[in-house]
Amino acid sequence: MDGIHDIGGMNGFGPMVRDEQVFHAPWERIAFALSSCAEIVGNTDDFRHAIERLDPAFYLGADYYGRWLGALEVRLRERALIDSDEVDQRAGTSDARPRAIASPGLPTRSPDGGPVRVLERRRRFSVGQTVRARDLHPVGHTRLPGYVRGHHGTITMTHPAFVYPDTNAHGWGEDPQYVYAVQFAATDLWGEGDHSVSIDLFEPYLEPA
Amino acid sequence: MNDHDHDHDHDHVDDPRALRADALEAILIERGLVDPAAIDQTLDYFQNHLGPMLGARVVAKAWADPGFKNRLLDDGLSAIGELGLGGPQVDHLVVVENTPGVHNVVVCTLCSCYPWGLLGLPPAWYKSLPYRSRVVREPRVVLAEMGCVLPDEIDVRVWDSSAEVRYFVLPERPGDTDGLGEDALAARVTRDQMIGVAR
Repeated sequence: MDGIHDIGGMNGFGPMVRDEQVFHAPWERIAFALSSCAEIVGNTDDFRHAIERLDPAFYLGADYYGRWLGALEVRLRERALIDSDEVDQRAGTSDARPRAIASPGLPTRSPDGGPVRVLERRRRFSVGQTVRARDLHPVGHTRLPGYVRGHHGTITMTHPAFVYPDTNAHGWGEDPQYVYAVQFAATDLWGEGDHSVSIDLFEPYLEPA
Repeated sequence: MNDHDHDHDHDHVDDPRALRADALEAILIERGLVDPAAIDQTLDYFQNHLGPMLGARVVAKAWADPGFKNRLLDDGLSAIGELGLGGPQVDHLVVVENTPGVHNVVVCTLCSCYPWGLLGLPPAWYKSLPYRSRVVREPRVVLAEMGCVLPDEIDVRVWDSSAEVRYFVLPERPGDTDGLGEDALAARVTRDQMIGVAR
């Protein structure tokens, strides 16, 4: 989805603030631990997608673990593991209640043997090849950020195949895909800059240049 | 307040997020969806057993042992396995080497992916909107704001860890470390160097 989470290259977020803390308050620890332990609510990909589906104003206003807490509550509600206002009642407040748009598909709990898979088929691309990141706009989860879509880059590394987030997040199967490190020149992405940006892209995100 | 038996702290404030976290914890435990012991074990593991000291061991070993360094750059996951390392969020590892002419820096623009098994959980700034949005676009400016000014002649490479590959920066060995053992070398390595926001 073209969501609020896809912020690579966006302007306006201000200077770096050197906040070194991992957790700022006990509730952040609880949000982390519950999200890590409550595997019944889904898999990593649909958890990330639940964060992406949060109301944009909520997303921007929440800290990192505020988003985790919001996504956890949303997923528990969506799977009817809690009633719609149960947390409000138990907490004694409807403040900070997370809202999210619906997912096009929710996975059931999937056993996670790690995301790496072995594929028999050959890779479509090879190191040194120039490719184009496809200009895709799926409504569901994807790991193809907006800032590389439509741009040309060079394959610099081939990685193993991994469970495909675009399907796994929705219960549409693992559909493993090869992943490539693709290097883009800053000038191509932003019109200026002397650095490069390398990003890992799944094979279906790419086409020959 | 919850009355379950556990070791971790709760907030004693009216922050609605704290109230919601407590409510969710109580509900999940009552439904049997979360084991209270697992909550405490998870927090203990992430807070007390993971951290940058693990990544520093990897760097020190690479500085001290050229054979290990070659294996580390060739196949990161296998090499750290020699040290008994791996762990959460390190399913596939690429180690990128800083040299006199190259500086690497790691980010995750879409969420905040990070090699937990080598560095522990990330600091707040790594997960912040300014870092995620800006470091792919103006890395020299972001690093300068963090106290790391890179000369123009150094080639800057940004790695956006958008899939399940995790990236880890092997910093240059300081010039004044001849003769130091691996423990002494590890003490010279910082988390910021392994992310790439320090040289």
